[in-house]
Amino acid sequence: MNRLHLYSLAAILAVVGMSLFAYKVYVLSFPVFPKTKAQVWNVEARVSFVAQDKPVKVTMFIPAGTRRFAVLDEHFISSGYGLVVSTEGGNRKAAWSIRKARGRQTVYYQAVIRGVRTKPTRTDVEAPEVVARPFEGPKQEAAKSLLQHVKAKSADTPGMVAGLIQMLNKDPLDDRVDLLLGKKPTSRKRAELAVRLLEAAGVPARLVQGIHLQEEKQQFFRKSELLCWIEYHDNKQWQSCDPIRGKTPVPNDWIAWWRGSGELAELSGGEKLKVTVSVSPKLEEGVASAILRGEISKPLLLRFSLFSLPVNTQAVYRVMLLVPIGAFVLVLLRNIVGIKTFGTFMPVLIALAFRESGLLWGLLLFSVVVTLGLVIRFYLERLKLLVVPRLAAVLIVVVGLMAVLSIVSQNLGLHRGLSVALFPMVILTMTIERMSIVWEERGPTEALISGLGSMLTAALAFVVMNVKYIEHLVFVFPELLLVLLALTLLVGRYSGYRLMDLFRFKALSGGGPT
Amino acid sequence: MFGLIQALRNKGVLAINRRNAEYTLKHNPRALYPLVDDKLLTKQLALANGIAVPELYWVVEVEGQVRDLPRVLGDRSDFVLKPAHGSGGEGILVIAGKANDKYRKTDGLLLTQEELNHHIFNVLSGLYSLGGQPDKVLVEYRVVFDPIFESISYQGVPDIRIIVFLGIPIMSMVRLPTRMSDGKANLHQGAIGAGIDMRSGRTLTAVWKNDFVTEHPDTGNPVTGVRIPNWDSLLTLAARCYEFATLGYMGVDIVLDRNRGPLILELNARPGLNIQIANNCGLLPRLQLAERYHADLPTVAKRVEFAREHFAAGTC
Repeated sequence: MNRLHLYSLAAILAVVGMSLFAYKVYVLSFPVFPKTKAQVWNVEARVSFVAQDKPVKVTMFIPAGTRRFAVLDEHFISSGYGLVVSTEGGNRKAAWSIRKARGRQTVYYQAVIRGVRTKPTRTDVEAPEVVARPFEGPKQEAAKSLLQHVKAKSADTPGMVAGLIQMLNKDPLDDRVDLLLGKKPTSRKRAELAVRLLEAAGVPARLVQGIHLQEEKQQFFRKSELLCWIEYHDNKQWQSCDPIRGKTPVPNDWIAWWRGSGELAELSGGEKLKVTVSVSPKLEEGVASAILRGEISKPLLLRFSLFSLPVNTQAVYRVMLLVPIGAFVLVLLRNIVGIKTFGTFMPVLIALAFRESGLLWGLLLFSVVVTLGLVIRFYLERLKLLVVPRLAAVLIVVVGLMAVLSIVSQNLGLHRGLSVALFPMVILTMTIERMSIVWEERGPTEALISGLGSMLTAALAFVVMNVKYIEHLVFVFPELLLVLLALTLLVGRYSGYRLMDLFRFKALSGGGPT
Repeated sequence: MFGLIQALRNKGVLAINRRNAEYTLKHNPRALYPLVDDKLLTKQLALANGIAVPELYWVVEVEGQVRDLPRVLGDRSDFVLKPAHGSGGEGILVIAGKANDKYRKTDGLLLTQEELNHHIFNVLSGLYSLGGQPDKVLVEYRVVFDPIFESISYQGVPDIRIIVFLGIPIMSMVRLPTRMSDGKANLHQGAIGAGIDMRSGRTLTAVWKNDFVTEHPDTGNPVTGVRIPNWDSLLTLAARCYEFATLGYMGVDIVLDRNRGPLILELNARPGLNIQIANNCGLLPRLQLAERYHADLPTVAKRVEFAREHFAAGTC
């Protein structure tokens, strides 16, 4: 309609976006480049339970600082609960209590864990007295024999620990270990057994549970499994040791949460206790300090930034802000290049799924599910079903196929198969349906061209969305989306040839029929 | 590559982005789309304006009505089933006759009543409609095409597509079904498109699957130089469609019936661009010319005259 109008709108959007960006970079010193290593993590433990209209007391271990990590900015979020933080036996414990509560209750513990660089100082620790807990019956014999076996092959305590851990993880299991571990050995059971055996051998040992502070690879806030490892006393120091791989000491990014065999949380006066611990690398310290300084000079701008959201929601936006990037790639491919795809935004959703499964594996899964789905769809065609029931039938088959694929790949030892579950199954169903209709109406060539076009678009969108730098930019500077919007508006009025038009009308460029 | 872009530009080739941005979006208000997207509505409007269309026998709107189909058809053995909201010729079923209880398609295949009903159900549930919304099925007169095209089409009904811009016929082609297109007259399904000289009504170049051809691949007869009868009345018919549909940029599809003469099959608010290949000529110069002069052409006759004068073969 009015080109000037469009151009000025695009220009205004771009200028606003770029000035906000420049302001944040030059005045508030937000980092333009992501730092390679996160040194700060947000840790959150969410304790939920159902209170039974009685006095409630819930206790939970909370992390204490170590030589490598400091625990800062602790927050205990609970409404109406009294809170006591105490230290017992080297562990810190938070106790929330209330006289009466009913229904679902949730309390939170949040903290910032920051890596500290201190020179390794050596302070000797006295060995505690070992109180061995004897085994019962046949287990006693097994333990004794196992310890003798291990001791005979080692010269010192570290050697013995290593030998013991090797025995505990031997495949197939040694008969004695099998007896001692009991059914379904978990890594926690192994660690507990190692501690008990070490104690039986007179070596002071203890169980440690903690979390893994991952860097780089894991950009998302996600549920964190609790890790289990052991510590034994040797040479006047506590030495840590991974009870699965036998590595001493444990990796630097494992941080102890509490020591001893107790459970993370305990509850009285309620039921259905559930604790989830999540960890996310906190975005660069630069951002945090920029925000701190900003809070004094320009509170409004920062109060309305993504960093003010809870970490959980921040993680969602990390992904969500990439969707416009994917959509823009799609716009370029469709309107400038002229690639055909099934469905308008299907490739972007598939690209999101690729983020979980990885590109090659994702493409493979996509092709397998769509191919099998098509075969079944062609069979259903012969049954002459009405459209909606037929779509539902294809959907059911797609879900089933994904389950089967997961099970098969799991049994083949390919753990990635599990990620298939994140594939958008409704989108897959619609893709299969559309593809089969195009196949029948316009022939296999058209169907395959559009199918490959969709895959290519999804792959390209994935590649672009997966660039860490782009992810960093849109999350720290969401105002750049305004610039993206301006570009999209401009492409929306692009009336030149698409790349594919050139092939389509190639015949018209020559003199005509010959 | 830039040479290619330049060559297409010089020829005035209209491509999809520009068609959408400067022609369909600009000249076809969204509110008018239902007129052409619903073929039943188009038909009623055309009839109200005295424009000939294939006779409508019946409309199936709900599944239960299929039971009445044999009764409504009576002893008519040939008819066409068409989704009211179909696009690109999809979902159209042409029945040429009956054999016992079965229906014979134009390619000789027989359909049972059950298979026919299944097709109707598919259409009703929106399989072929834009956006998948529930649809209606039109049961209408099967065109007996003019013998002029007999030697150059394979089954099906050849139709003539005329692009009309602001009431002025711009460019046209005849679409000839082939064995590959399964008797359908759509280029992307494998039909031949032959450009037509706007002055004389003679076919010019012809394309089949992006290649220039001079003969019909199935019958071997020449497809160029065929003179279309009553060319002037066809142009007039197309130009008159603008009077009631008021879409600035549209494609008018016309069939030549042996007994009833030219009939309007349907109107298209987003006509395809392959017509340029069939004519070996770009649309843009003609569209720009029409945009410049259309205000001076108040009557249908004047517009048709303008088209025959300015858009003759060799003007591009």
